[in-house]
Amino acid sequence: MARLQLRNLEKVYGNQFKAVHGINLDVEEGEFMVLVGPSGCAKSTTLRMIAGLETISGGEVRIGDRVVNDLAPGKRGIAMVFQNYALYPHMKVRSNLSFGLRIQNMPKAEREAATQEVARILEIEELLDRLPKQLSGGQAQRVALGRALIKKPEVFLFDEPLSNLDAKLRASMRVRIIDLHRRLKQEGKPATVVYVTHDQTEAMTMGDRICVMKEGRIMQVADPKALYNRPANLFVAGFIGSPEMNLMQGRLEDVSDPVFRIDGQAVALGRELGARLTLGSASDATVGVRPQHFEVVRGDTDSGLNGRISHVEFMGHEVYLHVDLGGVRVVAVVGAAEYEALDRSSGQLRLRPNAASIHVFDTASGENISLSRLAA
Amino acid sequence: MDARTTPSDPLFRDDDTQEMLAASRAMAARQLRNERISAIIRYALLTAVGFVMLYPLIWLIGASLKTNSEIFANPGFIPDSPTFDGYVKGWQTSTPYTFAHFFWNTFLIIFPKTLGTAISCTAVAYGFARFDFPGKKILFASLIATLLLPNVVTRIPQYLLFRDLGWLDSFMPLWVPSALAGDAFFVFMLVQFLRAIPRDMEEAARVDGANSFQTLLFIVVPMLAPALISVCLFQFMWTMNDFLGPLIYISSVDKYPVSLALKLSIDTTEAFEWNRILAMSVLALAPALIVFFLAQKYFIEGISTGGVKG
Ligand SMILES: Nc1ncnc2c1ncn2[C@@H]1O[C@H](COP(=O)(O)OP(=O)(O)OP(=O)(O)O)[C@@H](O)[C@H]1O
Ligand SMILES: [Mg+2]
Repeated sequence: MARLQLRNLEKVYGNQFKAVHGINLDVEEGEFMVLVGPSGCAKSTTLRMIAGLETISGGEVRIGDRVVNDLAPGKRGIAMVFQNYALYPHMKVRSNLSFGLRIQNMPKAEREAATQEVARILEIEELLDRLPKQLSGGQAQRVALGRALIKKPEVFLFDEPLSNLDAKLRASMRVRIIDLHRRLKQEGKPATVVYVTHDQTEAMTMGDRICVMKEGRIMQVADPKALYNRPANLFVAGFIGSPEMNLMQGRLEDVSDPVFRIDGQAVALGRELGARLTLGSASDATVGVRPQHFEVVRGDTDSGLNGRISHVEFMGHEVYLHVDLGGVRVVAVVGAAEYEALDRSSGQLRLRPNAASIHVFDTASGENISLSRLAA
Repeated sequence: MDARTTPSDPLFRDDDTQEMLAASRAMAARQLRNERISAIIRYALLTAVGFVMLYPLIWLIGASLKTNSEIFANPGFIPDSPTFDGYVKGWQTSTPYTFAHFFWNTFLIIFPKTLGTAISCTAVAYGFARFDFPGKKILFASLIATLLLPNVVTRIPQYLLFRDLGWLDSFMPLWVPSALAGDAFFVFMLVQFLRAIPRDMEEAARVDGANSFQTLLFIVVPMLAPALISVCLFQFMWTMNDFLGPLIYISSVDKYPVSLALKLSIDTTEAFEWNRILAMSVLALAPALIVFFLAQKYFIEGISTGGVKG
């Protein structure tokens, strides 16, 4: 029931390795914030600094209006769910759930009531008298969730809580967690959540906002839609979306009516795109086109790129075409019906990027230079 | 099964197949027989070695039930006419005290020593395994160094120290050092065990609001239980069997533990009553044996796993 603020947060590990480079992040009250990024980008480190399990080398962590840098984890009003559950192996599920309350010296009757309540919400009532080793992964994860829930914390911290579960269970737990978050909000007890994952599906489906990290720095913070439609830089563009965005390095000429040159081919990107470029003159650029935003066009259409189909993947309702544009490989997604209608006899085809959805990045800095007027 | 190997296949003549089948069957039978023979040899060998190892103990028990004269007359270990004479008389001893008194003395040493070892070694091991503090490396290195130091080297300085403290002829020198984590071996063993336990549970406890001491008590100690049981067992047995320690520090007979009391009956009796000595030896062995068998399961677990099961 409080907002969480990170101010210039830094972490230098004992071996002088700087894992977190002064990050700033505001998580609003009741917001579900997802930290996502490749392995080793310091998601866990950041989360553990918020939790108080890792010392803070620089900057501040604020929960509500308190700076909590020097508070013990138990005093910060947080609860955490660990990747491998971290249930106390020698305690029954009941005691696992109520351990935190016992430490707070809550009377037994109240403790018991709270345990029942949480067990009911998570449907683990029949498991209360079992030991952790007698639980399945999904059940153990629900108990771990219950152990966080029972304390009614101000901020929930999750560190890849679903990564040990199989795909199906993961999907159902995802829904369960989102439901729980929504329910708490409706009951007027909004829970602020920081959720770490390296799985972009989890990030996109769960987060109110997503914070993309790379090597201890924040690359972009935005809601899922904006992250997908308006990636701030090459890293985010390549990280979010599946299959990945095609990134083609080449040269951008004629800024007002831009033409993109790549491996001896040229494609006109249109005045509309030119208008949103924040670029003064011709320069090296990387053009990003999502596989869904390629259109297969007739060979004589102006504005398009010729290529040869190198490889085809059937995904059921759609088909991934791997196309060789003479050096650059791109992937285009077409509908199954459209693919059947295609003339594939020559193995050649012409792709036209959908100008409205094209992104242009400065190759050197990686910044998106085509955002200025794109609808939010 | 591959269709081509079936007898009806025209490519294979029937008798060929039969022959092959018979040959493979014979081979399987031979293999089974060989395995059985090797198992018999193995067990015979183990039984023989086990018997040799246990022979002194068996002989001891047998002889304790013989009369004094039969011990030397009859080389077998089954007594002709079993008698508890040795136990009854031996229990009385030649001193004003019965053996019960000496057992009580042993208990007065073992109890604080074992309890103290368990508590202090856990605390020290927890510190070494889970906390960073200045000088940790050096302290741990010196701990290991004391592990390598021969006991004899410290006997005299220790004796002088305890004499100056006025602890001679008391139980204190026998248990106080151990109760203050003086046995580096146990600390080392627990540190190794702790290192194999993931820290997640302790972190979860800290997030749950437990302080270091509560974490130790409620989370670490229960997980450490198998190792702790081993520590207590080792300490129990070693103390029970310790002869040199009491010999050096205890001088009055009323403070003798069992190990010294046994020696006492050899010294004072002119004609050694061997059956009494042997009977009391059996009794002296009994506690260690009983405790070991009762706790065997945990004991093996503690020294072999050194970690947690998933
Ligand atoms: N105790 C430590 N000492 C030194 N460096 C560390 C320590 N813990 C982590 N690091 C380094 O800090 C960086 C961030 O680690 P962190 O565990 O936060 O990554 P992560 O984003 O959670 O990765 P993953 O997705 O694999 O869990 C990594 O480069 C890692 O090698
Ligand atoms: Mg991590």
